[in-house]
Amino acid sequence: MEMLKSLWVYRGFILGSVKREFQSKYRNSMLGSAWMILNPLAMILVYTVIFSQVMRAKLLGVDSAFAYSIYLCAGTLSWGFFSEIVSRAQNMFLDNANMLKKLSFPRICLPAIVVLNASLNFFIVFALFTIFLLISGNFPGLVYIALVPIVIVLVLFALGLGLTLGILNVFFRDVGQFFGIFLQFWFWLTPIVYPINAIPLAFQSITRWNPMASIVEGFQLVLVQKQWPDWQSLQLVSSLAILFCILGLTLFRKHSGEMVDEL
Amino acid sequence: MGSIVVQSLGKAYKQYPNRWSRLLEWLSPRKKIYHNLKWVMQDVSFIIRPGEAVGIIGINGAGKSTLLKMITGTTRPTTGSVSMSGRVAALLELGMGFHADFTGRQNVFMAGQLLGYSVEEITRLMPEIEAFAEIGDYIDQSVRVYSSGMQVRLAFSVATAIRPDILIVDEALSVGDAYFQHKSFDRIREFRKQGTTLLFVSHDKGAIQTLCDRAILLSAGHLAMEGKPEAVMDYYNAMLADRNKHSIHAVSSKSGKVQIISGTGKATVTELTLLDLNGCPVSLIEVGQDITLRVMVKTNELLKRLIFGYGIKDRYGQLIYGTNTDIKEVVFENIKKGAEIQFDFRFNMDLGQGSYSIQTALTDDGYNLSERYEWRELGLLFEVINTTKPIFAGMLWLNSKADGKLLNNN
Repeated sequence: MEMLKSLWVYRGFILGSVKREFQSKYRNSMLGSAWMILNPLAMILVYTVIFSQVMRAKLLGVDSAFAYSIYLCAGTLSWGFFSEIVSRAQNMFLDNANMLKKLSFPRICLPAIVVLNASLNFFIVFALFTIFLLISGNFPGLVYIALVPIVIVLVLFALGLGLTLGILNVFFRDVGQFFGIFLQFWFWLTPIVYPINAIPLAFQSITRWNPMASIVEGFQLVLVQKQWPDWQSLQLVSSLAILFCILGLTLFRKHSGEMVDEL
Repeated sequence: MGSIVVQSLGKAYKQYPNRWSRLLEWLSPRKKIYHNLKWVMQDVSFIIRPGEAVGIIGINGAGKSTLLKMITGTTRPTTGSVSMSGRVAALLELGMGFHADFTGRQNVFMAGQLLGYSVEEITRLMPEIEAFAEIGDYIDQSVRVYSSGMQVRLAFSVATAIRPDILIVDEALSVGDAYFQHKSFDRIREFRKQGTTLLFVSHDKGAIQTLCDRAILLSAGHLAMEGKPEAVMDYYNAMLADRNKHSIHAVSSKSGKVQIISGTGKATVTELTLLDLNGCPVSLIEVGQDITLRVMVKTNELLKRLIFGYGIKDRYGQLIYGTNTDIKEVVFENIKKGAEIQFDFRFNMDLGQGSYSIQTALTDDGYNLSERYEWRELGLLFEVINTTKPIFAGMLWLNSKADGKLLNNN
């Protein structure tokens, strides 16, 4: 409650920081914010041209030229959103050491800034992707709204995990190094680039225990198969999201005072 | 509004014997403690009343910055508490936590928002902040290219854009050039008049003495002395000189001023008087009067060499004039224990009106790093009055001749 209140009091600072970071990213480039659109556009173009036109990759059971590129985009965009929050959050206290040591402000502002920033980036890219879906006639229709709860679960999971790692990383710097490597393995262990049925059955059942797999799968089901997601499979990741949020906040409450001494 | 109450404040850092022990401690189910506490500050208490200006002094590592960090809330105290009322603006170290990638202007917004201003307010204050900082076009460049002086200029301008109830300034300002220091001190003085409470850390004696009502001396994480800036400064100087071996003691003299005496005690000043031409002791002296300073020194041990030095200080403790017998080439060597020496210094008291004090020093070679037999602050107080000379302003009687010509009056 106290935290929510301080977030509200410092909303000006939080929103200002998000805006500043967004601006400074493109400040020294000539094309400016055009890059923000050019980057994801290039990605969509590459996936589409290479996989649907050059390689003629097809997904089993889906009869569309764009199916595989949509599959790839759905996976990489949702994974990208997740990994941006987690990897930024795990370094947020270290990156802002200078500010933490000299200014007194509620530390909880930092994760809020990280999440808002990543969300802003994600929504821009995803809006472009949605436009592409509309133009290419692949818009899934009503099931599209099923993405809202999935995104919420994704953000909560990433935030909880990121906050936990962020605090641990201040006291044990190995955490950041380790998780960087871990994230790479995690990416390839999640069916993002390959379809789930491309791997042996034995491994497919293991994937059920991968919380990110169910999120990515939810995105893919909605966007590629145009089906409602399998809500059951999201149970694990939802509970983990809540668990990590509680763990992160507990660690935060216990150690945020000590943190500055270690920076 | 504007009071600071610090109660038995203490700070300890956790020290772990090795990298793994913190992990063991976190994971230990029985809450076994693996760390040692390293106390950097213990049991510091003081109260600063609204509108008061307090200076904090101490050698490097005495805990000044730690104290300010705990007061401003960037570091959490291990024991004790701090309570403040009113809006606080703090200027700790360089740049107020500026972000190197952002422009000066963006940083102003960020710092302003953290101080609790709205965007509209900052936009409104921006021209004034820019004008006060005087960093020109740099305001729109990233802080990365700023000099440390520029950072301090900008930081100070933001922190003081609106008069705070409490202003906390670390040594930051000493980075600014003389021009900006003057400007910022003027602003601080202006705020003081309007009732801002000031907490100020500096090594600059002059600044502490002219700005502060009270001073606090920190030493090794403890509050060593609290009182009038002059007295605390003298004590501090004595402490600096006698870091290793000597004793320091404070003696209250008849006039109520506190004399600080320090040193090895191998020789001591037994008598210190100002004499007029008739040889009568005086403490009220005319501007320009012919005066003799008589000093009696007694040795308490065999001394290879003895130098006597003295300095005249104004009421703020600023040194006006000082000399010693090494410079004057009146040196005594191989003096037996119990010997008495008389020194006379004759000069015209060409000082402005006001009260002054004399500090004395007995050393072996007259320079700072030598052995100090005795160092005495406020050894003698005297008053300079002006009844015979024309009125003049300031600290020195220069007796200038005036001449004027009317050159063009058509």
